[in-house]
Amino acid sequence: METPALNSLYQQLILEHYRNPRNKSELPDKTVEIHMRNPTCGDEIRLQLRVEDDRIADARFVGQGCSISQAAVSMMTQLIKSRSLDEAGGIAERFKAMMHGDPDVAKDRSMGDLRALAGVSKFPVRVKCALLGFDALQEALKKTAEGERH
Amino acid sequence: MSPLDVTALRRDFPALHQEVNGKQLVYLDNAATSQKPRAVLDVLASYYQEDNANVHRGIHELSRRATVAYEEAREKVARFIGAADPAEVVWTRGTTESINLVANTWGLDVLKAGDEILLSVMEHHSNLVPWQILAQRTGARLRYIELDDEGKLLLDDLPQLLSDRTRLVAVSHISNALGTINPVKEIVAAAKRVGALVLLDGAQGVVHTKLDVQDLGADFYAFSGHKMCGPTGIGVLWARRELLEAMPPWQGGGDMIEFVERDTSTWAEVPHKFEAGTPNIAGAIGLGAAVDYLAAVGMDAIAAHERNLVTYAMERLAQIPGLRIYGPRDPVERSAVLSFTLGDAHPHDISTILDSEGIAVRAGHHCAQLVMKRFGLAATARASFYLYNTRAEADRLVEGLETVRSIFG
Repeated sequence: METPALNSLYQQLILEHYRNPRNKSELPDKTVEIHMRNPTCGDEIRLQLRVEDDRIADARFVGQGCSISQAAVSMMTQLIKSRSLDEAGGIAERFKAMMHGDPDVAKDRSMGDLRALAGVSKFPVRVKCALLGFDALQEALKKTAEGERH
Repeated sequence: MSPLDVTALRRDFPALHQEVNGKQLVYLDNAATSQKPRAVLDVLASYYQEDNANVHRGIHELSRRATVAYEEAREKVARFIGAADPAEVVWTRGTTESINLVANTWGLDVLKAGDEILLSVMEHHSNLVPWQILAQRTGARLRYIELDDEGKLLLDDLPQLLSDRTRLVAVSHISNALGTINPVKEIVAAAKRVGALVLLDGAQGVVHTKLDVQDLGADFYAFSGHKMCGPTGIGVLWARRELLEAMPPWQGGGDMIEFVERDTSTWAEVPHKFEAGTPNIAGAIGLGAAVDYLAAVGMDAIAAHERNLVTYAMERLAQIPGLRIYGPRDPVERSAVLSFTLGDAHPHDISTILDSEGIAVRAGHHCAQLVMKRFGLAATARASFYLYNTRAEADRLVEGLETVRSIFG
């Protein structure tokens, strides 16, 4: 028997991204790569971006883990592709707000498939799963900005 | 030996009687920690309410009572594990601290570059990382007993792995990740032939079997109180008395000394030599109450009940399409720990879905990353049964796993 909360967590869209992840391959001409692991559960991803003129020209990942972590990073790569670095940073901020229960983000159409993950906020122990890809994205943006300053 | 009256026994465990996510709790995470019977909870409360004082030093009534209860608990635990002498029972924070104590005293004192420590791929990180640190400090080398496809130790390799360079064999009595019950007497006999000492990680062993440390013949046996109905933060290192006497102390401080001068001190008798500072008095007394409780129920009856349950659960789980159980296929060779995967549902997803049905299991690498690597896994789900679990709860687990299948189907 499935509860309403469980149904909102395991939406078809999430399971579909888990089974058929988008942009899951090595990016040969990447400009930045972040390896992010969650040591408590073993989930891991390597997020690879190709940044050109302050824009994310391509975004891919390789990794393994639970449905939430892998679906979230798959959806994220879809959304950040061809966005400016600032826009990508804003998406990460809004996603984090949604994980902390912000209901407005869950209705924001510009968040694309990521809105399907709104139900994760009701499962506090799983929030870190959904954030794995976004933690990597924020690190990648930081590393890129630091690289430009040098 | 009469079968357990589980219905009556469940009334002794207050935490079992609650709803989680609107469903009656099914607690199947016993290999992580067990629930506590009222007998243990009551003794903790009465100690703090009536007898609280420091041990071994006050010349007043409360200190006398606390000391008597604390040392009586040591005697109870010594009897429970078949120790020859209560002085062979050293209180620690748990299995991990017990093993670190051996590594930091006996290990640093004895090991030299080129010496070998034989471990197994099945070990919990607590019986792995202390030896890695020790090997890095001393130049000793770690070697490993490998596992077969059922998660049993490949003991045929022992003659190649053991030599006169082997100083210690450190293996688990029962695997926390796979449930495998290891033939420890055979390992002890092989180690003795080359003059190596044997440390058994008994975190799961003492929980599921009637323990007789003298009969096992090992030199060190480490375990925790909290997996056997006792409080957290209390555990035991058992070692033969002459070994403890020869070992240097670990932590220095109050209670572990005899006389203190400006530059040197003399050490208290064992076991106090290894118990610096104010100990976990309530924890020790609570563990004493826990072993009283377990002895009254009967360890043979508990073991029989668990075998019966795990046999039933394995049969039912095996019928679920896509479910794979790791560890020995024959229930006689395993404890009541069932590690499994289910299709492409990640163990964390399995655990979240079961939790929404009120069923508590563990998901992850179970602090045994070498086991996961051996089987090419990132994680498993683990259901672990104890004396208060029932067939009806195994049925609830099966129903919960059907929900996992319907979501991930």
